[in-house]
Amino acid sequence: MRLKVSHSTSYSYEPAKSGLIQSLRMWPSVYAGQKIIDWRVDIDAPSVRRGASFRDGAGDLIETVVIRGPVEQVTVRVSGEVETQDLSGILRGHVEKVPPLAYLRASRMTRADPALAELSADVIASTGGGLDAAHGLAAAVAEAITYQPGETESDTTAAEALALGRGVCQDQAHALIAMAHCADMPARYVTGYLHATADGTLHQASHAWAEIHVDGLGWVGFDPANRCCPNDLYIRLGSGHDAAGAAPIRGMATGQGAETLAVDLHVLDASQQ
Amino acid sequence: MSQNPISRYFNEMYQGDAVRPPYRGLEDWSRDMPAEFRDMKQSEAEALFRRIGITFAVYGEGGSPDRLIPFDMFPRVFAADEWYRLERGIKQRARALNAFLVDVYGRGEIVKAGRIPGRLVYQNEAYETAVCGIVPPKGVYSHIVGIDLVRTGPDEFFVLEDNCRTPSGVSYMLENREIMMRMFPQLFQENRIAPVETYPGLLKRTLASVAPKKCDGEPRVVILTPGHFNSAYYEHSFLADMMGVELVEGQDLFVEGDFCWMRTTEGPKKVDVIYRRLDDPFIDPLCFRPDSMLGVPGLMNVYRSGGVSICSAPGAGVADDKAIYTYVPDMIRFYLGEEPILKNVPTWQCAKKDDCKYVLENLGELVVKEVHGSGGYGMLVGPRATQSEIELFAAKIRERPENYIAQPTLALSTCPTFVEEGIAPRHVDLRPYCLVGEQIELVPGGLTRVALTEGSLVVNSSQGGGVKDTWVMAE
Repeated sequence: MRLKVSHSTSYSYEPAKSGLIQSLRMWPSVYAGQKIIDWRVDIDAPSVRRGASFRDGAGDLIETVVIRGPVEQVTVRVSGEVETQDLSGILRGHVEKVPPLAYLRASRMTRADPALAELSADVIASTGGGLDAAHGLAAAVAEAITYQPGETESDTTAAEALALGRGVCQDQAHALIAMAHCADMPARYVTGYLHATADGTLHQASHAWAEIHVDGLGWVGFDPANRCCPNDLYIRLGSGHDAAGAAPIRGMATGQGAETLAVDLHVLDASQQ
Repeated sequence: MSQNPISRYFNEMYQGDAVRPPYRGLEDWSRDMPAEFRDMKQSEAEALFRRIGITFAVYGEGGSPDRLIPFDMFPRVFAADEWYRLERGIKQRARALNAFLVDVYGRGEIVKAGRIPGRLVYQNEAYETAVCGIVPPKGVYSHIVGIDLVRTGPDEFFVLEDNCRTPSGVSYMLENREIMMRMFPQLFQENRIAPVETYPGLLKRTLASVAPKKCDGEPRVVILTPGHFNSAYYEHSFLADMMGVELVEGQDLFVEGDFCWMRTTEGPKKVDVIYRRLDDPFIDPLCFRPDSMLGVPGLMNVYRSGGVSICSAPGAGVADDKAIYTYVPDMIRFYLGEEPILKNVPTWQCAKKDDCKYVLENLGELVVKEVHGSGGYGMLVGPRATQSEIELFAAKIRERPENYIAQPTLALSTCPTFVEEGIAPRHVDLRPYCLVGEQIELVPGGLTRVALTEGSLVVNSSQGGGVKDTWVMAE
């Protein structure tokens, strides 16, 4: 499928910030499921300096943006087209240097508590290991944490989300990572875009899911929010140990100004244009 | 002075009543020193240390930053041939540790070969996935390797631990020598003692030699300190002075374009090599701990795109973990194809069932340490512990076995030391500082720590330890 993305993230500061730096991880992953037709990341702000660009060990392209103040507003504008293919969630042909075992380590967000460990153990008891177990864990997360926006914060941990029983894709992905770790399966957080869900409902949003490393298959994506593996309706951007580590934009501003965020995002079927 | 001939501890100066050759130059000096003169010199030394303000805790052990670490005037001495062997052993170890770091952030051959368990490396808290695939300039991750050694006999040396991040204490090595030379110039005329004063120059050369490829011209080196609240701040500013480089805090640096810059009154100056004295999690809030204000936002991106060198390189800590330590002899064989010159202390890992059982059954004879601990805290010295202390520790080990390792209580060598009653043997260890850049260098000397309490084997300054000047006799 050919997906067309236009995504703008605007930060407004009142009063103006005296300076700003961002680390961007906003380029589609290079792997067999994605062919990049065209992709641009533009920064709208006065006095922008871009640089320190590289591909990290996890395969993500990273770039640094520095904006000298005063900064009242900065907009990060992503536009591009990607030809996607349904690989049933398998991240085939992705070049990376981080050993899977490094993704068995929990962060503050993905640390398992007894409840997560128990839920994980229940799934493993009935599914055994491998791919079945990974599917089972994803299904269990979807059952245990109902998708409901507005109930959790960006720093809600996997354990807190499970206790609450509600959350967003970030919380579900964190919980799935924690449970996979309990089953001794490497797991990580993935960010990207979603065009629509399998039933055709347009989604058109930034999205997050988890990848679990399955023996024999390598990394496989699981999206508990939509109870499926990422297919050609998804664009994969980057990964990390948790949401903070995988964040498409990580920034820091100097000065006292309050921040207002506005996002405009379209993920369209390019053939319909 | 009569020595105890039946002591199980190796006395570095006396074999029975005979003085070992390297200490001969100190025999008359120490024997003929009148008590009043000694006391006068001791207070003179103390005044000198206070004046230069060297009052920080050794090895970042915490404790009061204003406390003066006791300086013992009796030097600790190595013969040239003893040192030659140590030097080869230390350099060998530093080479292997660096080869290991390049490997585990690269292809992981040592893991694939089954020589070290992958989990121990990759699940280690000090393993930084952010630097996977990076080969720093000259293939060096750890540019200053501090190797803690103890001696148990004429030819018996053991490595207690490796310090691959930012080992501190080298300013003591330099200041101890400086003060000894000022107080006892004659000793330095009568004895041929190898100089340690070359250290700052060698350190600067080492740091400059790992400047990034993008650096053309003379590399600008800076020392990045967490600030004057840090217990080793004195050392940071001392080394900056001695090397003639800028001492900066995070706020003095900024990232723009492909490089890292230093703010100066004459405008921004590009920085090529950062000798950082702060830990990985605090280097860059955009990569590591987002709440850290000590580092430089964006620095890791500049580092990873080859715009600046960071010493030690982020991620170096995975090589000096106490659980990894057990495998250093294997690293030496694997990467260098050589037999280790320096021995490891036999170590039981409580994470292993059989080891744990043995440790719990023999706590009274063992030294137990936390895997990630340092500074002599969270440690049990079996032979000196009470029954209730041992029981308390056993409970801790049972609760989190993977958190502990145990080693036999080593019979640390002693060196004559000035004490209340005169001169008496006290236990010592040694930390030499090996420099790794384009070349590998080791100044002949190091920091000797001494356990000032009679019978004590714990040399940490937080536990009543002091320091000594360390001599290596020139051939």
